[in-house]
Amino acid sequence: MLSHDFGAGFADPVRDAQAVFRAILDALANPGTPQNLPAIDTEMGRLGSITLTLTDHDTAIWLSPALDTEAVRGFVGFHTGASIVADPAKATFAFVARGDALPDFARCNLGTQEYPDRSTTIVAEMSALSGGPTLVLRGPGIRDTHEISPMGLPGDFVAQWRENRELFPRGVDLLLVAEGRVIGLPRSTRIVEA
Amino acid sequence: MNAVANYNFAYLDEQTKRMIRRAILKAVAIPGYQVPFSSREMPMPYGWGTGGVQVTASIIGPDDVLKVIDQGADDTTNAVSIRAFFAKVAQVATTTHTAEATIIQTRHRIPERKLEAGQILVYQVPIPEPLRFLEPRETETRKMHALEEYGLMHVKLYEDIARHGRIATTYAYPVKVEGRYVMDPSPTPKFDNPKMHRSEALQLFGAGREHRIYAVPPHTDVVSLDFEDHPFEIQHFEQPCALCGAEGVYLDEVILDDRGGHMYVCSDTDHCEERRDAGFVGVLGMQEAAE
Ligand SMILES: [Zn+2]
Repeated sequence: MLSHDFGAGFADPVRDAQAVFRAILDALANPGTPQNLPAIDTEMGRLGSITLTLTDHDTAIWLSPALDTEAVRGFVGFHTGASIVADPAKATFAFVARGDALPDFARCNLGTQEYPDRSTTIVAEMSALSGGPTLVLRGPGIRDTHEISPMGLPGDFVAQWRENRELFPRGVDLLLVAEGRVIGLPRSTRIVEA
Repeated sequence: MNAVANYNFAYLDEQTKRMIRRAILKAVAIPGYQVPFSSREMPMPYGWGTGGVQVTASIIGPDDVLKVIDQGADDTTNAVSIRAFFAKVAQVATTTHTAEATIIQTRHRIPERKLEAGQILVYQVPIPEPLRFLEPRETETRKMHALEEYGLMHVKLYEDIARHGRIATTYAYPVKVEGRYVMDPSPTPKFDNPKMHRSEALQLFGAGREHRIYAVPPHTDVVSLDFEDHPFEIQHFEQPCALCGAEGVYLDEVILDDRGGHMYVCSDTDHCEERRDAGFVGVLGMQEAAE
């Protein structure tokens, strides 16, 4: 089986993709609340289950330096057919390995005022979903406020996110992955330091 | 409803599901904004809510429990057919009880029972564009949404007041989502608009013929458009449900005979049945007991 050379995909592509999608949907509909990702590891770690679920030849992918390897390119090409782009402004999805810097939000595709959906979703692996500086979230999907403390966000995250929020309805959406779980931060969420 | 002999899980192929899933995620991230998607042919006519069916098909999994309502009822041809379709192509459990459902696909109504966290309400939408009757050109309505130019919508509502002394719109009454996008709640009665406001459930809207998906996440502000001197009001019914005695619910008029005899009963059949099972009785039930 050729697929072996590129790393395994989903064991049950239909069921697995549905389960991963529902976790992502719940994550974005309830910002800040971690959702369990099915335990599927790939050439890209847990990020790979999101890659397999959401990308195909209609999407362009940006890979952070640690992910930009022959093995990952082979995995993406074989299993999804997505094109890999060097410029995050051309990416439908930007995947970021743990320890790698997130692309500056302003350098990603922010969509247009008329088509704000044509924007980049950043999927970033964190060191952990807790233990970092406490952030307070407000907005759609959140009753009053919600606190998160992921470890691995850039030092200027809150300032960058504020600029991103001010562009609404344009802007990037963010998925943070660690410990087999995913947190969603849609562009509609307001974030301040606690 | 043929041509489903050799079907994929939930009918749609995986590539189509991915495309629709991406659109749903953008819709959730931009509450009230209409995300374009490439609608697929479904084995049912457009009038049957193919947009809602495609959304449901893209989110549903083996652990879901599906309820389908049409005008508040679980037993109409449309609701029964869609429920049977998913029971067959996705092997999911179905229910008529709002409380048991994880996904509720609807045309026209929001259940009377308060929806809970974790439930998803999927609306079948015929016309997603609230500005359509003011401006037929899609390029123009898109610009109006982009620039938040909603003045014409207020003019139209105010013309209602000038003509009728009140806002006459009773169905598909426009709302503003999270203070930004004006959205069509689909052909639900305005009675249901307040239920959308800060609902605990996720609300997804699919318009098949018009190729649009939009969403309202839980705990999101959904405010019906109105004026200070003419505030938004829901319909009020003079009498309770004739079967279960419920007040403060949406009622349908049912014709009893050809001499003008009629009664008003809950439009939400599940709500009415649960109340009667719990011992609540309306005027008609009392008459029967007395006879
Ligand atoms: Zn009743």
